[in-house]
Amino acid sequence: MSDVLAVVDHRRGSLRDVSYELVTAGRELAGGDELHVAVVSGDVDRFAEKLDLDGVDAIHTVDYGEEFNHDVYLQAVEQLYADLEPGVVLLPNSVNGLDYAPAVANSLSLPLVTDAIAFDTDDGLDVTREMYGSKVETTIEVDAEPVVVTVRGGEWPAAEANGGADVVPFDVDIDESAVRSTVTGFEEVGGGDVDITDADVLVSVGRGIGEEENLDLVFDLAEALDATVSSSRPIVDNGWLPKNRQVGQSGKVVTPDVYLAIGISGAVQHVAGMKGAETIVAINTDPNAPIFDIADYGVVDDLFDVVPALIEAFE
Amino acid sequence: MKILVTVKEVAEVEDDFEIDGTSISESSLEYDLNEWDDYAVEAAVQIAEAGDDVEVVAVTIGPERSEETIRMALAKGVDRAVRVWDDAFEDVDLLDVESKTDVLAAVAAEEDPDLVLTGVQAADDSFGATGVSLADELGFEWAAVVNDLELGEDTASVRRELEGGVEELTEVELPAVFTIQTGINEPRYASLRGIRQAQRKEIAATGLGDLGLDASVVESDLRLTEMYEPESESDVTLFEGDAEATAAELATVLREKGVGAE
Ligand SMILES: Cc1cc2nc3c(=O)[nH]c(=O)nc-3n(C[C@H](O)[C@H](O)[C@H](O)COP(=O)(O)OP(=O)(O)OC[C@H]3O[C@@H](n4cnc5c(N)ncnc54)[C@H](O)[C@@H]3O)c2cc1C
Repeated sequence: MSDVLAVVDHRRGSLRDVSYELVTAGRELAGGDELHVAVVSGDVDRFAEKLDLDGVDAIHTVDYGEEFNHDVYLQAVEQLYADLEPGVVLLPNSVNGLDYAPAVANSLSLPLVTDAIAFDTDDGLDVTREMYGSKVETTIEVDAEPVVVTVRGGEWPAAEANGGADVVPFDVDIDESAVRSTVTGFEEVGGGDVDITDADVLVSVGRGIGEEENLDLVFDLAEALDATVSSSRPIVDNGWLPKNRQVGQSGKVVTPDVYLAIGISGAVQHVAGMKGAETIVAINTDPNAPIFDIADYGVVDDLFDVVPALIEAFE
Repeated sequence: MKILVTVKEVAEVEDDFEIDGTSISESSLEYDLNEWDDYAVEAAVQIAEAGDDVEVVAVTIGPERSEETIRMALAKGVDRAVRVWDDAFEDVDLLDVESKTDVLAAVAAEEDPDLVLTGVQAADDSFGATGVSLADELGFEWAAVVNDLELGEDTASVRRELEGGVEELTEVELPAVFTIQTGINEPRYASLRGIRQAQRKEIAATGLGDLGLDASVVESDLRLTEMYEPESESDVTLFEGDAEATAAELATVLREKGVGAE
């Protein structure tokens, strides 16, 4: 392969987990060549210390601004790219990664593959990614270098051991007039009286419930099981339950003893919030629903038949 | 003001499906408007309803079949649509981000919009990249994964939905592209009147030549070479039988795990 430039993610003073995974993925891609890690904005020296991980050849620090700004990141990555001439620009498939990776690719006229879950570098670069809500996997053959690739969080192990990489301050030249958006603050959402992260047993409901009035069935089950009701995103998007019930990437991360997924397909952004549950039980009509890949117990059947029977079994 | 909304007809896979080469066989697919685009359409229509003299134009890259889906957007209040298609697209398994960007940018060059709304991602291939790529191509500012949008004179105030229940508040200079997240609004159902009106609205069938492009726009350094069902690493225990039987088995497991114990 060839040199890799990996740009990490951080927010409000902390490196995000995907940053450490990016190092592992970057190492895999670089093979015998160099892995360059870059950190843009924030407390770059402190971040650089943490990024001195096994397999990293150099850490480039771009000391400009505090928080993520895509216009700054775009310019910084363009300049790093010109300087380092990597064969792969590796970025996280996070919300912020997706806020600038496509601009990097377009501006440098490079092909872009997002949301990679595995690589094969035996004969050129093949990227594995999912389609159709994780129902199928695909191989994308990359016929040219350089390329921009974003990697999904949680797919590569975090790099750990210490490296001994050089820390290289990078002299960036940011054109202020091209910085046309400004972050004015952050807000935590999803507060309120119910804390689903605290529950031992969650009865979680998804779009398979069909109609708002059918939610009663789920609340009845929760009552029978002495459990708390949570949900996937569409239920919250529809306004049927408040945001504090939402499990997933943009909701809460929960680790109950038992997580009962009812009419939930198991999309990656949902799974991100519940894969740490001790026991996962799924009820879904679709035998191919990805939720069954992570479930411990399951029933392939209509929830409107199984849930009432389950309530009865507990009464 | 003119708003351009990018929309895509996406295929949904039925529970039982078959893979045919590098795609899913047509008989296992159902087509619908991409979920995220439904919210982008609603956002555009709401801006139009609140303002004077706002035109909403939808653009799609899609075969003739997709007109039915696009007409649903027209029925919800989009004024007219541009549908780009060409034989060159027929044989492409993967229309990459660069190709989509070039086509949509060519349409934007003709339409000269003040604002572009896209969905965060398409539910089928989930690249999640077209909006931001298009913004870069047009020289527009942008924000990805927007779940609140207020337009001002020269700037927009948006909320970007980050991970873990954190939202970022951002001021964005206009013109801009926003990729719209689900939940930003409540997409309306098309009314009967809307559906009737949509029959008379224009869907301009546009070829690559009409946009000053040619078949080379679909060329890509990326090739979809395989599609397969993921190897399941699952060791799920599935209970079978009628609902009463499976519920009884589930109840046993749940009790073992301490569920329902006082
Ligand atoms: C940036 C971003 C962030 C996101 N954040 C989150 C998040 O935090 N949380 C989240 O959940 N999603 C999130 N999503 C959305 C995610 O991609 C999925 O769209 C969502 O999780 C789907 O929810 P679902 O499983 O309830 O619905 P679907 O995927 O529609 O699944 C419904 C399931 O119900 C089954 N079903 C239907 N009828 C029945 C029946 N009668 N009995 C039994 N089963 C039935 C179906 O077989 C299907 O598997 C995010 C997406 C993006 C792009």
